[in-house]
Amino acid sequence: MKIVVCAKFVPDATADRRFRSEDNTVDRAGVDGLLSELDEYAVEAALTVKENGDAEVTVLTVGPEQAADAVKKGLQMGADAGVHVIDDAIHGSDAVATSLILAKALSKLEADLVVFGMGSTDGGMGVVPAMVAERLGLPAVTLGSEVTVDGTTVKIRRDGDLASDTVEGTLPLVLSVSDQANEPRYPSFKGIMAAKKKPVETWSLADLELSGDQVGQAAAWTEVVEVTARPPRTAGTIVADEDGSGAAQLVEFLSTNKFL
Amino acid sequence: MSYELSEEHREFRHSVRDFAEAEIAPYAAEWDRKHHFPVETVQKMGKLGLFGLTAPEQYGGAGGDFTSLCVAIEEISRVDQSMGITLEAAVGLGINPILTYGTDEQKQTWLPDLVAGRALAGFGLTEPESGSDAGATKTRAVLDGDEWVIDGAKQFITNSGSTITSLVTVTARTGERADGRPEISTIIVPAGTPGFVAEAQYDKLGWHASDTHPLSFAGCRVPKDNLLGERGRGFAQFLATLDDGRVAIGAVALGCIKACLEMSIQYAGERKTFGVPIGQKQGVAFQISDLKVMADAAELLVYRAAALKDNGAPYQEFKQAAAVAKLYASESAVTATRIATQVFGGYGFMEEYPVTRFYRDAKILEIGEGTSEVQRMLIARGLGLPVE
Ligand SMILES: Cc1cc2nc3c(=O)[nH]c(=O)nc-3n(C[C@H](O)[C@H](O)[C@H](O)COP(=O)(O)OP(=O)(O)OC[C@H]3O[C@@H](n4cnc5c(N)ncnc54)[C@H](O)[C@@H]3O)c2cc1C
Ligand SMILES: Cc1cc2nc3c(=O)[nH]c(=O)nc-3n(C[C@H](O)[C@H](O)[C@H](O)COP(=O)(O)OP(=O)(O)OC[C@H]3O[C@@H](n4cnc5c(N)ncnc54)[C@H](O)[C@@H]3O)c2cc1C
Repeated sequence: MKIVVCAKFVPDATADRRFRSEDNTVDRAGVDGLLSELDEYAVEAALTVKENGDAEVTVLTVGPEQAADAVKKGLQMGADAGVHVIDDAIHGSDAVATSLILAKALSKLEADLVVFGMGSTDGGMGVVPAMVAERLGLPAVTLGSEVTVDGTTVKIRRDGDLASDTVEGTLPLVLSVSDQANEPRYPSFKGIMAAKKKPVETWSLADLELSGDQVGQAAAWTEVVEVTARPPRTAGTIVADEDGSGAAQLVEFLSTNKFL
Repeated sequence: MSYELSEEHREFRHSVRDFAEAEIAPYAAEWDRKHHFPVETVQKMGKLGLFGLTAPEQYGGAGGDFTSLCVAIEEISRVDQSMGITLEAAVGLGINPILTYGTDEQKQTWLPDLVAGRALAGFGLTEPESGSDAGATKTRAVLDGDEWVIDGAKQFITNSGSTITSLVTVTARTGERADGRPEISTIIVPAGTPGFVAEAQYDKLGWHASDTHPLSFAGCRVPKDNLLGERGRGFAQFLATLDDGRVAIGAVALGCIKACLEMSIQYAGERKTFGVPIGQKQGVAFQISDLKVMADAAELLVYRAAALKDNGAPYQEFKQAAAVAKLYASESAVTATRIATQVFGGYGFMEEYPVTRFYRDAKILEIGEGTSEVQRMLIARGLGLPVE
């Protein structure tokens, strides 16, 4: 069985994240980035399926040069191979275009099981898995937690607030897993050393029989028209209880701000 | 020779740091307060492969180098000295003697679980009346048919009484040599062997989350084949075991120094007195500069010693470098915790800040696996001085 994990390279949320002023897109080139934490659950889910059966796990990412780090992390965790789709024309692609690129790459990889995270930690639209499934004409099960594969049958437990349901599907299938699905492993020294020898392919749009005008900012269905930085945090209000009216002032503050 | 870490070592450091920040740092204070040895966390460290870094793949190890082990120990120790020493002792004192001196059968029996972190092994050398002078061992083992019968006591033994301890190796007198000095050998005693008891945990100044027990042996019988290495070579064996351990203790100390440096930089930028951050005062800033010097120097010494081992340098050269690294790093760690608590002022004396825990934890670094005096003795001998 061939499992492909779609993993996105995102700016590090703990570092400085910003937008490019010229086109209002996320600055992905000049910042520290990493494999989206939510996609680590997808890698872990794939590796767990592999450990319980016979499978080959490929990590697929679409992104700029540094996105190779997302592939590398997946390989260090234990995936077998990597594919990095990189092309200048992809910059500014929306979810629709991203799903097109991923779908083409997945067809080329002949994936039996496609595993996504529940959403990226930057764009965070959570729509790419369903879009990809639609393009490939495959069943999609989203927000899975426990995944078991038996032959061509996949069982996926989905945990809701009130109940859990278990969905059964047949390969090939598109799946996204939630952040409750598992505990992603940390790369071990062995994994880091082994990753150096694993195959990684780099594909351009032409390799996927796509042209530059099908993707990128110009082809996007939506446009970010304005970006405004969040105002800096204000200092807060300090109530000094000098004349015994402190409690009353607190109540006043809470009620005028509708906290009470 | 270069002591720069390779790209893989740096990536591995990153991975261990992520692990330590997520799985250890948030709980370290509570384990310390409750004197709790977190077996589940030890096993998570096992899943990450930390115990098997230097073990061959046939026992489930990574077949990595000694430098990678030092990186792991340093990163774990940077957030928690107790877990740092747990790892250090588990590999250096638990796994290494079996790996180095064990028979194939002993290795097959014990290593897979130890390497995976499913089990721990202790190393019983120190006794109530024999520490620095380890040759004064009183514990005896007498061969009775096909069994060793062990009587005696060990003290301060790390990883020796946890729920997952599978064995302790102990040094014991097994006879007398021709020159009248005691013959010392090393014997494997499986946990649960009748006559072997790991007594109640010590009440220690620091390392509260590390497992340390006195051990007693009364008519404790183990098979003759549990002899580890050659009969009569026990003394030489543990001396060699301790040489590696010294570098690894240096890595524990290095983690401590770096933690002190980071905590002090942060606090000195936040805490204000007389209207300005205390870091603006030279009296504070210069002390933190000293921490940086200690961190860099200790780092170079520890990784130099590790590189000497990895590159197969002449043994005496490595041995000397190991003693130098252990001595400098451990004494600097004690100084660093003193400086860091001073930077924190009164808060440095309160358990709500980790700096206080590091202060209590550091002192033992100058004592365990050879005291500072013993290191100076070894260094002086290495210099050819006629020191006693
Ligand atoms: C600030 C900002 C500016 C934007 N600018 C524009 C714009 O100008 N025009 C526009 O139309 N859209 C824009 N977008 C949308 C952006 O292009 C989408 O975020 C992106 O296409 C992918 O969607 P997502 O990250 O929301 O994925 P999600 O649907 O949240 O991702 C779900 C899963 O899909 C997979 N996945 C997603 N992306 C990739 C990838 N690149 N490689 C591999 N796997 C992947 C991962 O498994 C992920 O967990 C912008 C978004 C933001 C936040
Ligand atoms: C928390 C903890 C964990 C430990 N874990 C282990 C373990 O897992 N296994 C194990 O076998 N041991 C372990 N030990 C024991 C440790 O290695 C010894 O405590 C240490 O070697 C010192 O021995 P001692 O306590 O007998 O001190 P002593 O040898 O009695 O020394 C007392 C003082 O005299 C000094 N001194 C002694 N001889 C000389 C000399 N010739 N010249 C100058 N000064 C000298 C020493 O430096 C020291 O300052 C542990 C100890 C502690 C506290």
